[in-house]
Amino acid sequence: MAHSFPGEVLEHVFSFIHSDQDRNAVSLVCKSWYEIERWCRRRIFVGNCYAVSPMIMIRRFPEVRSLELKGKPHFADYNLVPEGWGGYAYPWIAAMARAYPGLEEIRLKRMVVTDDTLELISRSFKNFKVLVLSSCEGFTTDGLAVIAANCRNLRELDLQESEVNDLSGHWLSHFPETCTSLVSLNIACLGSEVSSLALERLVARSPNLRTLRLNCAVPLERLPNLLRRAPQLVELGTGAYSAEVRPDVLSNLAGAFSGCTKLKGLSGFWDVVPAYLPAIYSICSGLTFLNLSYSNIQSPDLTMLVSHCHNLQRLWVLDYIEDSGLEALAGSCKDLQELRVFPSDPFDADPNVSLTEQGLVSVSEGCPKLQSVLYFCRQMSNAALVSIARNRPNLTRFRLCIIEPRSPDYLTREPLDTGFGAIVKHCKELLRLSLSGLLTDRVFEYIGTHAKKLEMLSVAFAGDSDLGLHHMLSGCESLRKLEIRDCPFGDKALLANAAKLETMRSLWMSSCFVSFGACKLLSQKMPRLNVEVIDERGPPDSRPESCPVEKLYIYRTVGGPRFDLPGFVWTDG
Amino acid sequence: MEGTLSLLGTGGGGGPSSGGSTTGSMSTVSMEDNLVLSSEVSSSYPDESELELGLGLNCGGGGGALKSKPAATPAPRVQYARILTAKDFPSLVAKSSSSSSSSSSSSVTKANTSVGTKRTADSFAPAPNAVSGQVVGWPPIRAQRMNCLVNQMKSPATEEFNSTGQKSKIRNGAANNANNGSEKNINNAKEIVHIKTSLFVKVNMDGIPIGRKVDLNAQSCYVTLAQTLEDMFYRPTTTAIGARRSSMEEHDQMIEATEPSKLLDGSSEFVLTYEDKEGDWMLVGDVPWGMFLSSVKRLRIMRTSEANGLAPRFQGRNGNQIKEKEREKLLNGESILLE
Repeated sequence: MAHSFPGEVLEHVFSFIHSDQDRNAVSLVCKSWYEIERWCRRRIFVGNCYAVSPMIMIRRFPEVRSLELKGKPHFADYNLVPEGWGGYAYPWIAAMARAYPGLEEIRLKRMVVTDDTLELISRSFKNFKVLVLSSCEGFTTDGLAVIAANCRNLRELDLQESEVNDLSGHWLSHFPETCTSLVSLNIACLGSEVSSLALERLVARSPNLRTLRLNCAVPLERLPNLLRRAPQLVELGTGAYSAEVRPDVLSNLAGAFSGCTKLKGLSGFWDVVPAYLPAIYSICSGLTFLNLSYSNIQSPDLTMLVSHCHNLQRLWVLDYIEDSGLEALAGSCKDLQELRVFPSDPFDADPNVSLTEQGLVSVSEGCPKLQSVLYFCRQMSNAALVSIARNRPNLTRFRLCIIEPRSPDYLTREPLDTGFGAIVKHCKELLRLSLSGLLTDRVFEYIGTHAKKLEMLSVAFAGDSDLGLHHMLSGCESLRKLEIRDCPFGDKALLANAAKLETMRSLWMSSCFVSFGACKLLSQKMPRLNVEVIDERGPPDSRPESCPVEKLYIYRTVGGPRFDLPGFVWTDG
Repeated sequence: MEGTLSLLGTGGGGGPSSGGSTTGSMSTVSMEDNLVLSSEVSSSYPDESELELGLGLNCGGGGGALKSKPAATPAPRVQYARILTAKDFPSLVAKSSSSSSSSSSSSVTKANTSVGTKRTADSFAPAPNAVSGQVVGWPPIRAQRMNCLVNQMKSPATEEFNSTGQKSKIRNGAANNANNGSEKNINNAKEIVHIKTSLFVKVNMDGIPIGRKVDLNAQSCYVTLAQTLEDMFYRPTTTAIGARRSSMEEHDQMIEATEPSKLLDGSSEFVLTYEDKEGDWMLVGDVPWGMFLSSVKRLRIMRTSEANGLAPRFQGRNGNQIKEKEREKLLNGESILLE
């Protein structure tokens, strides 16, 4: 049957299949399909750079054009992974430099990227087009200069939230005059000033530029020039949004914005002077994404702004918006799909703004398409959570952070088990969940019973016993990533569910009760897992085996043990 | 102790009831320090008072993490405005929490009398006044965002101790917005200086291959920085706080003022240096904190033997003479109001 179609026909058919899951399924049909598929797969996604080695990837897929690679575990974002743990991009780039001269796209997340790596990229891939470095670190602006200078067909340079050693802004001037291919440029994470002239000329000669995210060093006065040179922009991140209030600046800015009729997304807004906000009113109705989470705009101005944005789908904002602003949002933005509310003052136990659970409840009532929530607040109740769950059974991502660890229901003083239980019970398509507040083992029972589609779960300061962990591991069928900190979970549940770990991408546990002995046992029994004990107190052998480890990172792998372990990571064999 | 608490009353909504005792020995450091502590710190973490003493002796406030509450006494007192220093945080290690968690679950699943639950909830939820940012990596906010927020709260110039004032300005701004709208905001915006990005700097210590990173904006002054670094490198555990606390519980004493400054005063085998924007290596501690923040690129804990070429400290500079006086006061246990 497989021979009735010539390979080229099958290949042509496969070229319409893009998702990794579908491609994986295709490759399992029979040997010839496996062969054809592997020769024509162009995009690879590796969710954990240590799950597979570059060699294995190259051996199986000889003609790759695009690689997406992730390194450190998610909790590295919150400083829980010590410096030097790993996630080095260089070995991957070096291997691909030899094997994939036609590579066009590299997307890295939470990886260590050095200037040497960037230099290698710029030299090795003649048709290189896309470089996305998301939450990466280890490189300087010198490395960026090399990319700018040598990648003749560069379309995308996105430094999203990376930590760059910013030596100077001069690197931007390394884009040659012949470079006219830029589609997306994101330098928001950089601190240094880039030459305004160089930037304007670059923008002017990039007719395909759709995304431009400036850094805070670009002054507001230069923004109109940039906008006028790029009226086709779809996504804009402003620089500093403050200047002395002058009517001519305001009208210039407003005029420039009104020319950008295609703008759909706005971000930036560092350091806002509210008098300049009206400059964007003319394009607000076209906006689908608005990121104000770095700006100190207060509730009335926020409310005013948001009420102009009737077609808003995604809003990121600080808690300055307050319950009143969220209520206004619920009234005016009926297409809202994603809401993220970040805390303006995370380290004060007392609230500095009037943002409570009520804001989220309002939005859940008023916005029928709401699917994705990230919400920081200081109080929550079971009643509110139940309301939210009932209002929005279509939620797919629910991340709630009650700032004080172990905060109970502020009305009843009870744990929030019932509330989160309602979330997992009603929201049957829930993919991602982050818990907070006072929680007993009971909430994990609910999660294990109901959260069947859940793929990623984050747990902190919760639970009473191993039973909690057991419920999660044994009940959540779709679980891929589980990250736990400061919970009383230990050996029993982990060992009892060892097999489950091979079905997941990774498990992170820090400040829990897993003993070194259990880690050793797990490592011996499960050769296809890497069990990393991250412990900065010195060799675990110097302590009793029953002693709990500081941090534990377990992930499935076909790449075998790591060769690049730092001194504070202990693995068996 | 109880008397101290009642002077101030309980700080803020839901503060620890006066029944909660601030145990652990409060040494002879100024009462004013204790007052500040008692009003703000959870009763479950008594040793923090001792930690406080070591810190409080010199540094004025840092960023506005703690609301400074007006003291009942008119005596000059240190303004505390700490942001997160992993150092002096109540240890929320699972170990200590689990015992309370298990007691909680049993009470919860029992009769569920309101008294029972209430007590339970209080007994292991950290008292609401405890600064929740006192745990590594909590609340879960990315470093870049954190830096941004912190920068919004204070000016990177010299007014560490004015930052709480700024914060209240921001709050007042919020409250008065209805009336004055943009005008007030412009004023606030002017006060909020331009946001700097990442203030995480690398720290390397001679002889240790693995470097660390420290968030300078989470420090309020040189002393807290030095202590944080000491914990990172001399007692490298995430529960470094626990280590220091437990050792203090044993010795039942306040932190000697000299101890935290080992890296700063040249009495140890190592000395703290930094590379500034011009690429020069300087001794840490010579310039005002704000100036240091704006010029530091990275830190190095250098062997004293290697530090000979660096600019000497304490030589005929006004700033350093003031430092000497402060240091004396530290040792004498006086609290000082900076400026």
